[in-house]
Amino acid sequence: MSPLLQIAGLTAHYGDFQALFGVDLTLGQGETIAIIGANGAGKTTLMRAVTGVARVTAGAVTLAGDNITRLSAPDILVCGIAMVPEGRKLFASLTVEENLLIGAHARQGNGFWTLERVQSLFPILKERRHSPGTALSGGQQQMVAIGRALMSNPQVLLCDELSLGLAPVVIKEIYAAFPQIKSSGTSIIVVEQDIGQALRVADHVHCMMEGRITLSGRPDTLSRDAIHDAYFGVSHA
Amino acid sequence: MNLSRPLGLIAALLALTTLYALPTFAPRAMVQDLFGILTLLVLAMNWNMLAGFAGLVSVGQQAFVGIGAYAMFAAVILMGLDPLVGVLIGGLAAAAFAVPMAFFAFRLNGAYFAIGTWVVADIARLAISQWKALGGGTGTSLPKGTAKDMAFVGPIKEALGVSTAAAADALTFWLMLTLAVAMLATSYVFLRSRMGLGLQAIRDNENAARSVGVDPLRIKAAVFVLAGFVTGLCGALAFIQITRVTPDAAFSVIDWTAFVIFITVIGGIGTLPGPIVGVIVFYALQRLLADYGTVYLIVLGCLGIAVMLFARRGLWGLFTDRSGIDPFPLTHRPPTSLALRHGDLK
Amino acid sequence: MIWIDTLAQGLLLGGLYALFAAGLSLVFGIMRLVNLAHGDLIILGAYLILTIAHATGLHPFVAVLLAAPLMFGLGWALQTFLLNRVLGNDILPPLLVTFGLSVVIQNGLLSAFTADSQKLTAGAIEAQSMDLGIVTLGVMPVLTFASAVAVVFALNQLFYRTALGRAFRATSDDAVTAQLMGIHPQRVFAMATGIAMVVATIAALYLGTRANFDPSIGPARLLYAFEAVIIGGLGSLWGTLAGGVVIGLAQAIGASVNPEWQILSGHLAFVLVLLIRPRGLFPRAND
Repeated sequence: MSPLLQIAGLTAHYGDFQALFGVDLTLGQGETIAIIGANGAGKTTLMRAVTGVARVTAGAVTLAGDNITRLSAPDILVCGIAMVPEGRKLFASLTVEENLLIGAHARQGNGFWTLERVQSLFPILKERRHSPGTALSGGQQQMVAIGRALMSNPQVLLCDELSLGLAPVVIKEIYAAFPQIKSSGTSIIVVEQDIGQALRVADHVHCMMEGRITLSGRPDTLSRDAIHDAYFGVSHA
Repeated sequence: MNLSRPLGLIAALLALTTLYALPTFAPRAMVQDLFGILTLLVLAMNWNMLAGFAGLVSVGQQAFVGIGAYAMFAAVILMGLDPLVGVLIGGLAAAAFAVPMAFFAFRLNGAYFAIGTWVVADIARLAISQWKALGGGTGTSLPKGTAKDMAFVGPIKEALGVSTAAAADALTFWLMLTLAVAMLATSYVFLRSRMGLGLQAIRDNENAARSVGVDPLRIKAAVFVLAGFVTGLCGALAFIQITRVTPDAAFSVIDWTAFVIFITVIGGIGTLPGPIVGVIVFYALQRLLADYGTVYLIVLGCLGIAVMLFARRGLWGLFTDRSGIDPFPLTHRPPTSLALRHGDLK
Repeated sequence: MIWIDTLAQGLLLGGLYALFAAGLSLVFGIMRLVNLAHGDLIILGAYLILTIAHATGLHPFVAVLLAAPLMFGLGWALQTFLLNRVLGNDILPPLLVTFGLSVVIQNGLLSAFTADSQKLTAGAIEAQSMDLGIVTLGVMPVLTFASAVAVVFALNQLFYRTALGRAFRATSDDAVTAQLMGIHPQRVFAMATGIAMVVATIAALYLGTRANFDPSIGPARLLYAFEAVIIGGLGSLWGTLAGGVVIGLAQAIGASVNPEWQILSGHLAFVLVLLIRPRGLFPRAND
C-alpha cells in the first residue's frame, strides 16, 4: 500500500538561503511520526513547505497519490493537511469558539470532528468559549490551535513545536489528547525539540540537521547516542 | 562603464549651457514652456525626496506652492517689496508652515499621512480664501508694472534687446533653472552623505536604522521642512510668471501634486534622475495628447498604475536594471544586495 | 432655538458623511488599504444611478438596487485584478495606484458626462419635512441618517455574526495563518471591496438626491470620509458613524457663523480631535 503522505526530494529557499536539501519522508495511514532537531534544522520550513506557506524550489509532496506541491496553502488545507502552527497563532479578534469555527471555514461535508467533539476533547474550550482566543493561558491556547486544526477534519495533522514555552505538566496534558486524535483516523506529524515527548508519541522518528534528515528509525531501535549525534552533528568517527 | 561617466558629464554640461543660453536665442513661448517644465521638475524632485527617500507620501505639496505664491503676492502688494524678495519670503513662509504641518501630520502613519497632509493643504486653501486683502476666494493680480520694476529686469532687457515681459520671463527662467540645478546637486550630495544614507536606511528599515543611531523623526522632519521651503520658493517663482493668483489655482492638488506624483512615479521614484525622465515623458504626453482634452490625464493615471504594477522603480529603474549602467549611484552597496531589495518588493 | 436647529442639521449631515466613510472604514479595517479613489468611486456610483434612472425611467431609490450589484462587481474586479497585486508591506504602491485610479475615474467621468452638474431627482420626498415641535427636519436628511445607522448596524452584524465576517477578522489579524484555515485572503479582500462599493452606492444615492454633483467633487468627499474614519478610530464602524457626526456638527456650527467657514470648521475639528486623541475616539485595542 502506498503511503498517505509522501515527501520526495523537497528543497526550499529563503531568498538566497537554502533551508531544505532534498528531504524524503513518508507517512502511512494512521501513523504518527516525529521530526526532531535543533533550532534552525529546517523542521518548521519543512512544515511550511508542505502546507504551501513556504515556496518549494524542487521536489514533490504527494497526498494519497495526488501531487499537491504547487497548490496554494488554502487549497492544501482543503486536500486534507491541517497545521497547528508554531506559536499557536490564534486570531486575536476572534473568541475561542470562533477560532475553532474558522478551522472549519473550508470544510466540505461531515467528518468525525465537530465543535462538540473538540470541546469534549478539551473541555476548557467549552467553558471559555466566549473569551478572546488570546486571553487564554499558553496551554489552553495550544488546545484551541489543535482543535482549530481538527475542525477541518484533516487526513494529516501537522503539529509544529507544541511544547514550546509550556510547562511540562501542561505539555503532558496536551499530549494526553493524542490517542483520541489518532483513533479518529488522523495521521500526525509532530515537530518537537522535546525528544522524550517525541519518542513517546511517535511510531517513527526522523532527526533533522541543517536542512537534511540525518537519522530515521523506530523509537525503540534508536539509541540515545545516535539521536544525540544526529541532533548535534557530533561524529564518533 | 568607465567611459559612460565622463561622457555623461560632458553631455550634461552641454545641455546645461544650452539651457542657460536659451533666452538669448529661443522664442519667448519656448522659454515659458520650459519654465513650466522646470517648475514641475523642481516640485517632483522635492516630492521624490519626501516619498522616494524619506518615505513621506505627501499629497499636500500644494499647500507650500500656494503659501509661497500668496506670501510673494503679499510682499509685493501689501509691503511693496521686490517680487524676488517676495520669492524668498514665499519660501520662508512655506517652511514656517511646514513646521506645524509636520507636527500634526507626523502623528499619522503611512497611508494616513497622505490624506492628513491633503487635509492640511485644504485648510490652508480655505484659510487663505478668507484673506480679503488678497482678494479672498476670487484672488488677485500683481500690480501693473511689477515685472518692469523687478530687480535685474532692466539690465537683462538691454543686454538681450527684448521686451520687458520677455526679460522678466528670462529672469524667472534662469532662477527656476538655477533652483532645479541646485536642487539636483544638493540632493546628490545629501543622499550620499551620512545623513542621506541614514535617510535611505530608515526607508528600508526604520527599526534597524534606529538601532544604529539614526533618529528617523529628526531627519524626516528636517527633510519635510526643507522640501516645504524649496516648494514654496518654486511656487512663488511660478506665480510671478502667472501674475494672477486664486486660492483654487495656487492650492490645486492636480496641478501641484498629482502631476508631480505621476512624473516622479513614471520616471522612477527613489531614484535621482527619475523626476527628470518623468518630466520629459510628461511633457511629451501633454504635447502628443494636447488635442484630446482630459485624455492625457487618463493616460497619465494609467501609466502611473502600470508602473506601480510592473516596474516599481519607474523608467529609470527599468533602464538601470536592464543596462546595468547607473551614472548616479546613491549607495555604497554591492550590486547583489540591490538585486535582493528589488526581489523583496515583489 | 436656532442652535438646536443647527445641531440637528449637523447631526443629520454627519449621517451622510458616515455613509461616505463606512466603506473606507471596512476596507481599511480588513486589509489596511487606504483607497484614495473612494470619493471618486462614490461619484461614479452617483452617475451610474443617474444613467440607470434615465435609461429606464426608474426612481433613483429603485435604480440604486440595479446599481448596487454592478458596483459590487466593480469593487470585486478592482480588488482582484488591481489592488490585490499591490498590497504588501510597502504602502507606496497601493496609495499611488488608488491615486492614479482617482485621476482616471475623475477624468473618465468628465469625458463621459462633461463638467455640468447633475442631480438625482427623487420627487416630492425632497421637499417634505417633519415638524418635531422644537425643530423641523427634512425627510431626506432623516432618511440619510437612518440609512447610515442601518448600514453601520448591518456591517457590524456581518462582521461579528457571519462566517464571512469571521473570515474578514481572521484575515485582518493574520493573513498567513488565515490561509492555513483554507481562507484565500485575496478572495476575502475582493468580497470586502465589493461590499464597500455597495455601501458607496448607497452613499451615492443620498449624495445625488440631496445636492448637485459633478465629476470633480470626489476628493472632497474622500477627505470628509477620511476625517470621519480617523476621528472614530481605525476599524471601528460605530466610531466611524460618530466621526461622521463630529464632522457634520462642526461643519453645521461653522456654517451658522459664516457660510464660508463650513468646510474649514470640519477640517479644524478633525485636527483638534487628532491632537487631543491621536488614535481617535474609539480605537480598536489590538492595532
